[in-house]
Amino acid sequence: MNHWIIAPVVLPAVVAPFIIMVIRFHLDLQRIFSLATTVALCAISLMLMSQAAGGTVQVYELGDWPAPFGIVLVLDRLSALMIVLTSLLALAVNLYAIGSGWDARGRHFHALFQFQLMGVLGAFLTGDAFNLFVFFEVLLIASYGLMIHGGGKRRLQAGVQYVVYNLLGSTLFLFALGTLYAVTGTLNMADLAVRVAELPAEETALLRVGAVLLLLVFAIKAAVLPLHFWLPASYANAPLPVAALFAIMTKVGAYAILRMYTLVFGPDVSVTQGLVGDWLLPAALLTLAVGSIGVLGAREIGRLMAFAAIASMGTLLVAISLFNPQATAAAVYYIVHSTFAAALMFLIADLVMERRGGEIIAQRPMPQTGLIAALFFTGSIAVAGMPPLSGFLGKLLVMDAARDSDQVWLIWAVILISSLVTIVGLARAGSILFWESHDAAHVREPEPEPEPHEDEAEVEIAPKAPALPIVACFLLLGGLVALTVFAGPMMDYASATAAQLFAPVDYLDTVLRRTP
Amino acid sequence: MSLFLIAALPFLGAVFPALLIRAGRNASSMAAGSVTLLALVGLLINAPAVIRGEVITARLDWLPWLGLNANFFLDGLGLLFAGLILGIGLLIILYARFYLSREDPMGQFYTYLLLFQGAMVGIVLSDNILLLLVFWELTSLSSFLLIGYWKHLPEGRQGARMALAVTGSGGLAMIGGMLILGNIVGSYDLTVILQNKELIQSSPLYLPALILILLGCFTKSAQFPFHFWLPHAMAAPTPVSAYLHSATMVKAGLFLMARMWPVLAGTSEWFYIVATTGLVTMLLGAVIALFKDDLKALLAFSTVSHLGLITMLLGFGTKVAAMAAVFHIVNHATFKAALFMTAGIVDHETHTRDIKKLGGLRHLMPLTFTIATIASLSMAGIPPFNGFLSKEKMLEETVHTVWMGSHYLVPALAVLAALFSAAYSFRYIWHVFMGPVRHSYPAHPHDPGPGLWLAPGFLVTLVVLIGLFPNTMVGPLVETAGNAVIGGGHEHFHAKIWHGFTPALYMSMIATVGGIALLMSQRRLAAVWDAARRPEAKEIFDALIAAVTRASQWFTDALHNGALTRYAAIFVVFTLALAGYAYSTGTMAAPTREMLPVSAMPIVGWICIMGATACVVAFHRNRLLALVLMGIVGLVVSMGFNYLSAPDLALTQISVEVVTIVLLLLALNFMPKETPVESTPARRIRDVVLSVTAGLGVGGLIYALLGRDFSAPSIADYHLENSYSGGGGTNVVNVILVDFRGFDTFGEITVLGIAAVVIYALTEAILSSRVRARLLNRVMDTPQAGDAHPLMMVVATRVMMPIALMVAAYIFFRGHNLPGGGFIAGLIAAIAVIMQYMASGFGWAAERQRIPYHGIIGSGVLVAAVTGMGAWFNGLPFLTSAFGYVHIEPLEEFELATAALFDLGVFLAVVGAVMLALESLARFAWQPGIIPEHPMDINPERDEDGPQTSGQEA
Repeated sequence: MNHWIIAPVVLPAVVAPFIIMVIRFHLDLQRIFSLATTVALCAISLMLMSQAAGGTVQVYELGDWPAPFGIVLVLDRLSALMIVLTSLLALAVNLYAIGSGWDARGRHFHALFQFQLMGVLGAFLTGDAFNLFVFFEVLLIASYGLMIHGGGKRRLQAGVQYVVYNLLGSTLFLFALGTLYAVTGTLNMADLAVRVAELPAEETALLRVGAVLLLLVFAIKAAVLPLHFWLPASYANAPLPVAALFAIMTKVGAYAILRMYTLVFGPDVSVTQGLVGDWLLPAALLTLAVGSIGVLGAREIGRLMAFAAIASMGTLLVAISLFNPQATAAAVYYIVHSTFAAALMFLIADLVMERRGGEIIAQRPMPQTGLIAALFFTGSIAVAGMPPLSGFLGKLLVMDAARDSDQVWLIWAVILISSLVTIVGLARAGSILFWESHDAAHVREPEPEPEPHEDEAEVEIAPKAPALPIVACFLLLGGLVALTVFAGPMMDYASATAAQLFAPVDYLDTVLRRTP
Repeated sequence: MSLFLIAALPFLGAVFPALLIRAGRNASSMAAGSVTLLALVGLLINAPAVIRGEVITARLDWLPWLGLNANFFLDGLGLLFAGLILGIGLLIILYARFYLSREDPMGQFYTYLLLFQGAMVGIVLSDNILLLLVFWELTSLSSFLLIGYWKHLPEGRQGARMALAVTGSGGLAMIGGMLILGNIVGSYDLTVILQNKELIQSSPLYLPALILILLGCFTKSAQFPFHFWLPHAMAAPTPVSAYLHSATMVKAGLFLMARMWPVLAGTSEWFYIVATTGLVTMLLGAVIALFKDDLKALLAFSTVSHLGLITMLLGFGTKVAAMAAVFHIVNHATFKAALFMTAGIVDHETHTRDIKKLGGLRHLMPLTFTIATIASLSMAGIPPFNGFLSKEKMLEETVHTVWMGSHYLVPALAVLAALFSAAYSFRYIWHVFMGPVRHSYPAHPHDPGPGLWLAPGFLVTLVVLIGLFPNTMVGPLVETAGNAVIGGGHEHFHAKIWHGFTPALYMSMIATVGGIALLMSQRRLAAVWDAARRPEAKEIFDALIAAVTRASQWFTDALHNGALTRYAAIFVVFTLALAGYAYSTGTMAAPTREMLPVSAMPIVGWICIMGATACVVAFHRNRLLALVLMGIVGLVVSMGFNYLSAPDLALTQISVEVVTIVLLLLALNFMPKETPVESTPARRIRDVVLSVTAGLGVGGLIYALLGRDFSAPSIADYHLENSYSGGGGTNVVNVILVDFRGFDTFGEITVLGIAAVVIYALTEAILSSRVRARLLNRVMDTPQAGDAHPLMMVVATRVMMPIALMVAAYIFFRGHNLPGGGFIAGLIAAIAVIMQYMASGFGWAAERQRIPYHGIIGSGVLVAAVTGMGAWFNGLPFLTSAFGYVHIEPLEEFELATAALFDLGVFLAVVGAVMLALESLARFAWQPGIIPEHPMDINPERDEDGPQTSGQEA
């Protein structure tokens, strides 16, 4: 038994209570422990990915109880990739939070951060439907704490909405699990898959209800229209580094859809025919459209990024909703891109926000404006799916994968037009934020003292701009660049992942200890 | 030099100018120039082979999965364009060094310029259409930066955004077109695509692909009706205009049409779309150019016109026309870049570009005058300059062109366009340089230093030389490039000034004479032109963008109006609809279980629960009452559990009820007693309908589920069988919690701990804000109890405490075999402590509680985790339990199980979490000086002892 599989869950689960118990009054120590844990998580998850890359599925039977009676963790290509993604993202965000001092603006940032990681990593690793619920709860409650970190009226209001809406989702999750259990008598995903496939044809209605309720739960997490309403306000009002971490939260929903609706309710399962892709595709297209319109219509930079995140979820879900290996491979690639890109944009938004406020209006140039503008420009390229960064490749992959769909023209049209809208929106925002600020005629502020030279002004204002946040941004940008340059190997992995998802025999055999 | 290196050099080199600017402007520009020169030399090394007819390739797998690979090839067309891009690029770098002023950040400029240059070189060398798309969009992005280079100018910003929007959208359309094309052929490699003419043209998707690709080309090359962005892009510094908007970027569209010519051209669709667009653009651009007073605007529209000319030639679809197009691309690049540079010089020296303020400069700037005149005459199509040669060829071709059955339409319009073209070219000379010297120039003009005139001077030298010796100068190049455009076959290129009296010559003469005549009357015509109302593209575009932006703002704000009730309503409706759909499309057999008889107890319970629920709905505005009613619901639910033989659940539910009600009461303390009416009756009706439907739906679902058996034997049987033998406990519920599914429990106690920590953090956040002051100054709306800590209660709770703790211990230890366990025990212990808080007050109790609750929570989770990790030392998975039976005299045999340790973790986490939540909430009530010294306010014993009655004034 490979105990490393559970390390990504246990490590933060031990560090977080340790922080609460022992070092809750020592911010420096918290930073050291939190960062060290995140680094360790990166190392462990990369090691696990190298194990999973070969295609073997590994199972970890908790309490030594065999599936389906106990809980199992399952490491396959998809879960390995997701934990690597989470760890890398966490590293960048953690660096940013430390460097920007965000972690000092309220209590228990690092403990909640680690708990959050525990929840997300657990959700990616678990092979048990109810355990997935538990980890959803962990990540939800921790995310709530992170979301309201630092306090403030608007943030707390948004936090209430966030928690209430997600509680609705949790309730639905319980209904769904109750239904699935009542019909099939099991909670293990692999076992569910076996039993669903064997379900008698005259008794499908209740299982279909269960399947669709479950999908709705994941759709809430993935911010699919019309269940996305929790996202804009909460991401925009959360501390933006936290919103950057939340880039992975929507992916939890996407992951869960991908997992459950290939393994348990796969495209070949007759019981749930016509339930999933049929409405998910139009919903995803709507999500993409509304997201990009939101980018254009945003008055505030945090909200802009929130809608950009929604739009990228739309693209991702278009790929997922096609439910075929090629599109899924594209989706896997896009998940990685979308996570890094969204996180990068939120961090950049925070850089802007901290220096000049979030409103998209012309103001005096801020410190480090050149550097931040460059980051914004690059990040926008990634988010809008322009070349040469991975967003463009991801978009091409998704569009290419859609070519056999009946809806290919609609899909292409929506993707391309919303790209255009996003580009126009980002160009507008960037031009106002970074260019118009240099235009004395448009700056809405009492005329400041004349500035003899732009460079001099910068030197005066920003002598102590901390470097760590910039490093964090470049870390994420580096991720995007690597994803672009090594797109070939990455797609090899992604297509192997998709192949594994659509031929889950190995998974079932390993989890249920069947001998093939 | 490898093609990779040629394509990569500008990108790699782009770093240097930005860095070296710190070493001075010369260093920066030298760096940019060296990089370009290096790439150009690398290209020229390959030139002889290409002229010989070889095709040089370089291939590298990038994303083979998609068919997107870094494949480059260099043929005649690529060589021509790459040569233009790098060659003119070099001149521009020289020119810009002296054009930009000290205030302009020159490092940035060269960096952007090199990025752009790299993207252009990439386009023309790509052997993969997806790779080409990458570079294509990169040119849009880099030109966005270049146009907006003077970021303090609104024209620059708007022009940049407009250019990006137009060319970007064209690029997006082209993505679609290229994907279709790749699908038809089955490969994205250009060399493969170029060999599949029949396959492509016979495909039903040919037309969509063609239109989408042409959209990309037309937007990029500023063809009607997308021509409007180009003049506004002239807000860029003049070197940018000269480079991007005359010589290179706008020719990318032409390049692509030429590139795709072998497979896309030759059909009537191609002819009518491309040739017509080109013709219209040529004419329209020429007409507008004549009436522009801004030098750069004049040149911009003339560029539009010439781009239209080339497009039209490509659209004709004949090999000769294609060859002529290639020739004109070369010629236009030379004279137009030179013209832009002279315009820049005039602007630089006189500080104005307004033709109306200029004139008579020939005496003041003779050198500039010479350069500009040669270039203008070439543009006008006057021999012996190169513009004449290609214009002749164009006119010659139009004569052979039949448009919709008309033999005269195309030649006539072409002559008209040529006529206007001649007119504006003459105007550029006449109104700027001729005429009397003025005394009103904004600055004192004189010829610039060689830094500025060298580059245009070199270009006009080419203009003359190509005009005189076309076949020697560019013959082989144009021939190779033209043959690359044509694809198969070999077409010979030959140009000469004197053809004899051909129709083209007459047409040229008409155009020239007519042009002069037109210029004579330009002032009068301009008055008419200015008086006429025309659709102004920029206004339309701006209005459109503004409208779309406003609409987006409205839509987004209206959709996301922040009303949680509406979000929730949408959620409920959507869920109901999908679940209903799923249900109705499935099948359901008859129930397999029989109904149980209804006895009295459930009916009583049912009435209680329904009554309480109805009352909550009716009286929910009174929050305290609603809480009490919810307590009833909770109690009935726990009785229901008990009735259905689930004592563990019943115990848990009842203790959870107690704790939550206490916490909620505390919270209510800080809230208004009544919920205000905020919703309209209509909305309340909507909500009633929705919630009743949802409730009925859930009820129906549960009813349906309860009547049926599992489709296969459930996993519960295994748990029942293995609980004692494998888990060491007879209470299956507890064994499931701490053993079978201990990992879930581990997660849940974590959730509990996090919740408490979050409550704490939230409290801290609120109390460190201005809310604090409001809390301190608040006035109770109802009188508070005079005896806050009553004697009876204090005494009773003190007695209760050890008993309650004993019960907790009892519940804890019996848990593994009988109803009970760490969770319930934790709640009971918490209640025991809570009672002390209630009796004597928070401050008093807190002073006597020495272990911080944070620590208790942390230790709980850690104990559980460490217990789980213990199994690792046995080589077993996390949370594997071990148990054994110990017999120590005189005790009876008893069991020791690691599960008990795990349960201890649960216990601690529950106690800590509940207490931390309570403590946090209680902190809201904190007021200075209310910590009582004594456990109760009135103590008869103390009264007898001394005068100190109360610590309230402390």
